[in-house]
Amino acid sequence: MIKAIPKPMEEIINYVQDCTKLLIAGCDGCVTVCEAGGLKEAKVLASALRLYFTQGGKQAQVDETSLTRQCEKEYLAQLSDRIDQYDAVVSLACGVGIQHMAEIYDKKVVYPGVDTCFLGVNEERGLYSERCQACGRCILAETGGVCPIARCSKRMLNGPCGGSEGGKCEVSKDIPCGWELIYERLKTLGQLDRFENPVVPKDWTTSRDGGPRKIVREDLRI
Amino acid sequence: MSAETPSRLQKMINAGHLAVTSEVGPPRSADGVVIEHKANLIKDYVDAINVTDNQTSVCRLCSLAACIRIKQMGLEPVLQMVTRDRNRIAMQSDILGAASFGINNILCLTGDHQHFGDHSSCANVFDLDSTQLAMTVRMMRDEGKLLGGYEFEVRPQMFIGAAANPFAGPNVAIRVARLAKKVAAGVQFVQTQCIYNMDTFKTFMKMMVDRGLHEKVAILAGITPMKNVGMAKYMKNRVPGIDVPDAIVQRMGGVPKEKQAEEGINLAIEQMEELKGVEGVRGFHIMAIEWEEKVPEIVQRIGLYPRPQLAA
Repeated sequence: MIKAIPKPMEEIINYVQDCTKLLIAGCDGCVTVCEAGGLKEAKVLASALRLYFTQGGKQAQVDETSLTRQCEKEYLAQLSDRIDQYDAVVSLACGVGIQHMAEIYDKKVVYPGVDTCFLGVNEERGLYSERCQACGRCILAETGGVCPIARCSKRMLNGPCGGSEGGKCEVSKDIPCGWELIYERLKTLGQLDRFENPVVPKDWTTSRDGGPRKIVREDLRI
Repeated sequence: MSAETPSRLQKMINAGHLAVTSEVGPPRSADGVVIEHKANLIKDYVDAINVTDNQTSVCRLCSLAACIRIKQMGLEPVLQMVTRDRNRIAMQSDILGAASFGINNILCLTGDHQHFGDHSSCANVFDLDSTQLAMTVRMMRDEGKLLGGYEFEVRPQMFIGAAANPFAGPNVAIRVARLAKKVAAGVQFVQTQCIYNMDTFKTFMKMMVDRGLHEKVAILAGITPMKNVGMAKYMKNRVPGIDVPDAIVQRMGGVPKEKQAEEGINLAIEQMEELKGVEGVRGFHIMAIEWEEKVPEIVQRIGLYPRPQLAA
């Protein structure tokens, strides 16, 4: 899932300090799972902003809500009858949801309330780590189910590099060496022969290098 | 080692001599004279001079310009190229540019992550990795073709090198396998990471020999003399992928401070003597970090001076 973290309160205050009517819009999707931007976080942020305005002696209305998914216009449409009353919206959805909100309500100021970080897993509560960079051409079949693009700091396709030590990446002792993970997994699977085949330069056109991407599924389109 | 090139380094190796290379780190300024000065210190004692490419991710005068300068001094440069900072367009362009000045050696590297350097907030590239860069150079040289498929007439005549680190994770066998992969990609010579753990290096070389890989790639053993015990500790504890046994730290620390530099040179000489007897070692790559003036002494003491003259 998409992983995000709440933006610092000071940054959000900096955006909204001149507003008098504000909507905090959470999202029930990915950001709820990583506890960065669901209804619970929307309520907490709204309370904190109310306190901020009260303490500053300013009259301001701060409402909160959460939509099923801000990446789908049917759910965003649920705000259509009341969004006009607000000076601005703070969206706690991921960068996709924030942009979609701004796209659908193109006259409305929409501020980000989270920093969107990566596609990752919940290792445990409050601990998330990256697994996929959405390069658009999956090679996991060749690499024992561990992605070198997402998990090697140098996205090497013929690793590990000479900085790998004790199973850790040269960038940080907190980062497992992606290629050691690949090696161990290939060993477990009895596929170590894959390790010695040089992998040719990757075609990055399906990654961000090809420009903003779009999927057109003719089989699904009516 | 397949393709013959005009590289003097390749000729020296093929003639059966123990090759000696060393390196010059370019300055963090536009002062090209520094390159000449450093190259002049070592030129009579080595067969080729590597020029590092923004090593440890610290921005410096570029390797290509420094290599051209060294070439114009009548010396033999080895163009180090890391894939961290440039994509395949830029790297192939630089390879063609280098070849147009008669540069005949390239060392294909992935490069340290920028996290270590003076621009840690930059974007990296890593369009290719070191193995893929070697493949690319081989394709340009042997097929006269760019990665994009364009075919051209005047080919870069490059002797293709890479690094190998027998001491990095997860184990020596994988390090041999990885080097085998580089050899399959076209690598003809290797300069190893600095060797301090002789046992691990010998294990690595035995595995190389057992697979016959030592006949397919020329291995130049990496030597970095220690200046003092502080450097030994730093390399042991802080530099990823370098294995400095405790005994070496103790030995460096066991002599008075003013004698430590001498001890470091003595240690390097002893290591080289031992390495001369290891099957598959075809020469030395001396990385005297900001200590280039010691290279002549090392080469003389190890008995590799004067350098053999090749027939023109």
